[in-house]
Amino acid sequence: MRAAQDTSRLAPPPGERRAPSPAATAAAGAAAPRPPRGHRLRGRLTIAAFLLPALLLFGLLVLAPILVAIYTSVFKWNGLRGLPDDFVGTANFERMFADEVFLGDLWRGAVLIVLSLVVQLPFALGVAMLLNQRMRGRAVYRMIFFAPYILSEVITGVLFSMILSPDGGLANLVLGTVGLESGWLSDPSTVMPSLFLVMTWKYFGFHMILYLTGRQGIPHEVTEAAQIDGAGSWQVFRYVTLPLLGPTIRISVFLSVIGAIQLFDLVWVLTGGGPAHSSETMAVTMFQFGFKRYQVGYANAISVVMFAVSLVFALVYQRYVMRRDTEGAITAMRSQR
Amino acid sequence: MSLGRRSAAALVAATLLLGGCGGGGDGEPKAASGSGGKVTVEWWNIGTTEPLKSFLARMATEYQKQHPNVVIKNLPIENEAFKARMTTLNQSGKTPDLFTTWGGGVLKQQVDAGLVKDLSADAASWMGSFTPAALQPYQVDGKTYAIPADIGMVGFWYNKALFAKAGVTEPPATWSAYVDTVKKLKAAGITPIALAGKEKWPGHYYWAYLAMRIGGLAALQQAATDHDFTKPPFVEAGRRLKELADLDPFQKGFLGAAYNTPDGQAALVGNGKAAMELMGQWAPSVENEAGKGLGDDLGFFPFPAVEGGAGKVTDAFGGGGGYAVGTDAPAEALDFLKFISEAKNHRDVVASGAVLPVLKGAEDAVKDPNLATVARALSSASGFQLYLDQAYPPAVGQEVNDSVAELIAGKKTPEQVAQAITETAKSE
Repeated sequence: MRAAQDTSRLAPPPGERRAPSPAATAAAGAAAPRPPRGHRLRGRLTIAAFLLPALLLFGLLVLAPILVAIYTSVFKWNGLRGLPDDFVGTANFERMFADEVFLGDLWRGAVLIVLSLVVQLPFALGVAMLLNQRMRGRAVYRMIFFAPYILSEVITGVLFSMILSPDGGLANLVLGTVGLESGWLSDPSTVMPSLFLVMTWKYFGFHMILYLTGRQGIPHEVTEAAQIDGAGSWQVFRYVTLPLLGPTIRISVFLSVIGAIQLFDLVWVLTGGGPAHSSETMAVTMFQFGFKRYQVGYANAISVVMFAVSLVFALVYQRYVMRRDTEGAITAMRSQR
Repeated sequence: MSLGRRSAAALVAATLLLGGCGGGGDGEPKAASGSGGKVTVEWWNIGTTEPLKSFLARMATEYQKQHPNVVIKNLPIENEAFKARMTTLNQSGKTPDLFTTWGGGVLKQQVDAGLVKDLSADAASWMGSFTPAALQPYQVDGKTYAIPADIGMVGFWYNKALFAKAGVTEPPATWSAYVDTVKKLKAAGITPIALAGKEKWPGHYYWAYLAMRIGGLAALQQAATDHDFTKPPFVEAGRRLKELADLDPFQKGFLGAAYNTPDGQAALVGNGKAAMELMGQWAPSVENEAGKGLGDDLGFFPFPAVEGGAGKVTDAFGGGGGYAVGTDAPAEALDFLKFISEAKNHRDVVASGAVLPVLKGAEDAVKDPNLATVARALSSASGFQLYLDQAYPPAVGQEVNDSVAELIAGKKTPEQVAQAITETAKSE
């Protein structure tokens, strides 16, 4: 922890971040105030050469598919036979916003986001604060709580579909002894809470680790000073720890929301979106149409909406909530100049 | 920050160049087939359960022994995963050299996209040895696009001991007798029916069979062309199914149950926890694989007739499985199919109980008495209808599955089901 702070001090102060690249510095040092064209060009070529592989991959694997998806989302297309030719305009989008299942997806997505923010993250924060105390076996607990995050979604899904099996599953065997059996994933009215339970089990450890590292980045002196000033442990948490954890909490909220919008694999393995669409998410609906019904144009329209929702959220959130945390990133670049 | 114009141009040029290289590599693996080197035949199938699994593996090994220059890459993939992977591959304009197909609407789309080889001419010399019913699902516009490997039909697989325990001595032959049977089983504290609600396709069998028994084969065939599923037989089928579902005949938590998992539909019947399931000819082997299997207690009866319906009790609903050949596949792919289909090999796999005969005159190779019943029912069938989720275009088939699942879950009325399917069919 100490070491981490020292290295952070070695980083250049914000003002120097826009310093010219090493190559450009060398070029500038070689001659008069204004470097000759050749040198400037070489500098830029160097930049281009270094950027090229990343740009290429980004273009081919990220930008191109997004553009193709946006393009094909205005066609009726089964995904076969090259590019589509049956232009339908906004029909796919109109159909989507008239479809109960898709509107349900939006609602269920919102429910999952709210539950994550109100239940999962505070829970993770609480556990992180507990595990920050000096206690025996602390490392073991941390490892145990973090372990579910390392498991793949599919393994988690298979595991919990066995545990939550309504007939003879572990959960009902144990809860049945006190008369609290449930249909879990097989009952439209309990499937969402069950799904959220599994999500929490799977992901809270990740947020816990985030909070834990954030908490450890807070210098001991600060909390100590507050204690000397007479603050109780709640007050220290409320007025010192929590505000200083701000950046960590903001990024954790960000990841949690984006994750909820794109949730697919866990749902797919656990319920396939059922029973009767009651646990379907946007991504599952998209998969159903793209891979089961061969309506790739419509599926792409859904993916475009998903992308737009994520993008708008990401930009707005970064611009207004994470402004201080991401200085120098795209949204704040201009204001820094 | 702005790059200079020249460096930007260089960047673009380099991008195009590298992109071009990537594209050029595509056709490369196929180039190896032919002269000199080894020919690889990539073969995707769904033989993940015994005894089919080891039969397919043995076929590959034996063929390779006879043809040292051929490598058969045998890839058994679980049913649902198979469909998802196949779709992805198709959308990139490719297929494996050899792959499982169920014919019908999906195969037609693949044919329309130019992904599948027309076998009518190349396999003409031996095509005649298959039964017409087995070939039918793979025929599009008079041409044949796959070689059948299995054919079968859906019917009720039941536990004789549990039926006896509930006082049912005869398998029901009419729908009202069937409903009575379900009530008797329930009264005896037995789960009447196992159903994999999570997977949807097992549920569609009920609706399809009811529609067939009520409206006859003609009703289903007409719906395929006029896209109108709101006619009385389809709504009536929904009503009957709803009546059945209202009796609560399925196992606890059936809406979340899978088909072949250890707590799924097949295992429940195989372990004697549910009295019956409506399933295809593969049911006994999956019951043995996922559960203990019922042995002599297992029986088969055809889907009962609906009183006053136009359909005959001898009309069969089912489908097969065959292998299609990719457009770019080497000639060895078809030769390998011919090898699998040889009478000796086909009789072997039929005798193992994995499939039912697709070759004329191989009926006597069926050893298992239950499968023999199915084979007899098939050979004497008065008509044949392919699974609806295969026969119709994929979107319509899935809508049937989805809507019927919602009907069984009590989320849609019979009229809404008919309406939803019609809307999808009209928009395709």
